[in-house]
Amino acid sequence: MQNRKKIRVLIAKPGLDSHDRGAKIIARALRDAGMEVIYTGLKQTPEQIVETALQEDVDVIGLSILSGAHKTLFPIIIDLLKQKGLTDVLVVAGGIIPEEDIPGMKKLGIKEIFGPGTRTDKIVQFVFENVPKRT
Amino acid sequence: MPKIQEIARGVLAGDRRSIARAITTIEDNTAEAQELIASIFPRTGNAHVIGLTGPPGSGKSTLIDKIIREYRQRGKTVGVIAVDPTSPFTGGAFLGDRIRMQELSTDQGVFIRSMATRSYLGGIAKATKNAAKVLDAAGKDIVIVETVGAGQSEVEIIKVAQTTVVIFAPGLGDEIQAIKAGIMEIADIFVVNKADRANANKAVMDIQAMLQLNNKEKMWKPPVLKTTALTGEGVPQLIEKIGEHRLFLEKRLERKRSGEKAEAELVEAIKEKVASSIIEELKREGKLEEFLQKILEKKMDPASIAEKLLNKKFGKQV
Repeated sequence: MQNRKKIRVLIAKPGLDSHDRGAKIIARALRDAGMEVIYTGLKQTPEQIVETALQEDVDVIGLSILSGAHKTLFPIIIDLLKQKGLTDVLVVAGGIIPEEDIPGMKKLGIKEIFGPGTRTDKIVQFVFENVPKRT
Repeated sequence: MPKIQEIARGVLAGDRRSIARAITTIEDNTAEAQELIASIFPRTGNAHVIGLTGPPGSGKSTLIDKIIREYRQRGKTVGVIAVDPTSPFTGGAFLGDRIRMQELSTDQGVFIRSMATRSYLGGIAKATKNAAKVLDAAGKDIVIVETVGAGQSEVEIIKVAQTTVVIFAPGLGDEIQAIKAGIMEIADIFVVNKADRANANKAVMDIQAMLQLNNKEKMWKPPVLKTTALTGEGVPQLIEKIGEHRLFLEKRLERKRSGEKAEAELVEAIKEKVASSIIEELKREGKLEEFLQKILEKKMDPASIAEKLLNKKFGKQV
């Protein structure tokens, strides 16, 4: 009678840019890989994103940002996740994030950064391989 | 993941992380799900569970956003379960209902959960009913269940909700659609949303005309209301009507209806228990394959096998 456990993913758009074509393509690719994808819509505050992740009990958060505010917003998001005890969530990011910022972002706890041109199957595979095991 | 009793205690204390975990446990239908339901069950029954259903694009999610705001203004806490379909091809789902309610995501008096149908039919998910119980036990005054965009026969919502609101938008069909069976029969309240559109009054009249064809005298006559979800117009009136319906239930029908609902729940629980115990037994005895083969080879039909197995298990009386 047991259902196969589903991977739940939150695709979130922090900051003030309004370009979510990339986010939607990723959402669609993860959906087609059999995951349950929740999309926040545009212009989300860190608080909204973390609270949504908590309520939806997601395994993965994908942050999409093109505004250049990642250095401001990502640390707040990671900090809030820790505060709320969501430490077992896989966090990845994509969008426009300059090369030189990537090491800092990874040090923060963002597992991988997917820049423009990344193949969707690579992202799907990464999620499957790195999603925390639910016990 | 903390122990299930810890999650149950968290739910009863209204802890948001525990509520989220509890719903996941129910969705994944793990062995612990039942223990969880058992521990929170005594604390359920206080929330008013409202079902919202209607065709895709009629404005359910946007209307719910406004309904939540109205309830919050009246000092009520609100839980929402928003159901969207699972792909029958990939098993994946895109859950987009909460986008319309996202401004409320940080309100501590509101808890919104998206849920995929996971191929359950009838417009909701298998886990929806028990997830609503979790929100109820967690102390939410109002629990709103948004079904998938429903066509005509997705009527499972009435097994979950005390008050069912069916939403339409102008231009979706004429009076012939309104006479059809299915979701037109389950509404306690009808709403014509997008009432700022030209032919809204025509839609209201079609539904009213359909209701007048009812020849049975009913104690509750479903009202037909108009709303404009974008502006919130008509929402306070809708909340009033939902409240009236609740009073109606409490005064005259609740015992009977809850009895029926309790019976339906009991029947479902028995079905599941009996089925899984028989299947498990067959598996243990290594006989499952044998029976499946008989069905595949058309030597026996499933109903006859079921009867045979039940007779074996319970004696001839079944």
